Amino acid sequence: MKKIFLSLSLIAAFFVYIAFKRFDGEGAIRPATNPAASSGTPPSSPSAPVATSAPSAAVTTQPAPAPAQPQGQYKNGNYIGSVADAYFGNVQVKAVIKNGAIADVQFLQYPNTHSYSIEVNSQAMPYLTQEAVQSQNANVDIISGATQTSLAFIQSLGDALAQAKN
Amino acid sequence: MPITVEIAEPGATEDHFDEVFSYFDYVDNKFSPYKKESELALVNAGSVAADDLSEDMCVILDLAEETKRETGGYFDVRNRAGFLDPSGLVKGWAIKNAADILERQGFQNFYVDAGGDIEARGRNEKGEPWTVGIRNPFASGGIAKTVRLTGRGIATSGSYERGNHIYDPHDRQNKLTDIVSLTVIGPNVYEADRFATAAFAMGKAGIGFIEKLEGLEGYSIDRGGIATMTTGFKKYVA
Repeated sequence: MKKIFLSLSLIAAFFVYIAFKRFDGEGAIRPATNPAASSGTPPSSPSAPVATSAPSAAVTTQPAPAPAQPQGQYKNGNYIGSVADAYFGNVQVKAVIKNGAIADVQFLQYPNTHSYSIEVNSQAMPYLTQEAVQSQNANVDIISGATQTSLAFIQSLGDALAQAKN
Repeated sequence: MPITVEIAEPGATEDHFDEVFSYFDYVDNKFSPYKKESELALVNAGSVAADDLSEDMCVILDLAEETKRETGGYFDVRNRAGFLDPSGLVKGWAIKNAADILERQGFQNFYVDAGGDIEARGRNEKGEPWTVGIRNPFASGGIAKTVRLTGRGIATSGSYERGNHIYDPHDRQNKLTDIVSLTVIGPNVYEADRFATAAFAMGKAGIGFIEKLEGLEGYSIDRGGIATMTTGFKKYVA
């Protein structure tokens, strides 16, 4: 049941984002800039063959392979979002559009840095431990925090969807 | 808001769960800012005299005053428009009361989770403390940290949930974007929830505020993906 709620809120997040983008000037269609990554994109994997270091240059577009164009909001095809810098690693997603709608979203890059801890001087308190956030296996009884998705994820997905716009 | 109740011992029947969920319905009908006929809406509309306030409404208003005092004004149930919005207090309070209902029913091992704020008592089905993941604000479905809790409450405030719904009452233009997630573990979810809300409104200084409070530990994550934890937080880390 919990999973259903999670999926629902994720879906809801997409639609909220789409609505937001429609009223936002920056949702312009980007031209294809890097045909190198244009086809045969592998399934979700952190080692996807896309530019990883320069966020601004990492936008790639794939032409819509399907000529059939139903009344959906997006053009069919696979669209790779920009690399969103999360400081400790990059987030990049691929949106798969089928029948004019989002059929799948896959992670191409996902932060998975090694854990480290450092002691830093905090103004408020003498010493508080800090560490880089790393993603862990969600094998737990319960999760604390709301069921919405991340900023970097939304950023990368938004870019992918902007490319997919009719 | 998804609500999950799990009882990790035999003897739980539908009636037990029904009582808990009915209680959440009752609270929602009374304190929902979105329902026109809720007592809260009527109070905000000015159609309830002070003498006619329900007992629970008086309790919440008193707790709100107390919390405002204890947090230096960072917890304020009056929103931007001046209306009462005690949601940040009611949620934790209701979850704790729901857990108390389960305890009165005779259960010792269970958790109550309402929208990611949790009261965890006793142990899970494996006989171990409950494992709770702190959601990773940068990765959908991922978690940033795992803690083990028994007889504790945990609550997370974040700018990624329901938009930027918490603001700095001392600087209402402050967008609070430095900290994206702040989790507090406390003796119960009511304490955890109200101090998580207040500390989140303090931005970067919030985790230092939690450090100074006895019985509370915290884990905050900034927009750069760096987490800061209070000195006693480690004892909960799985």
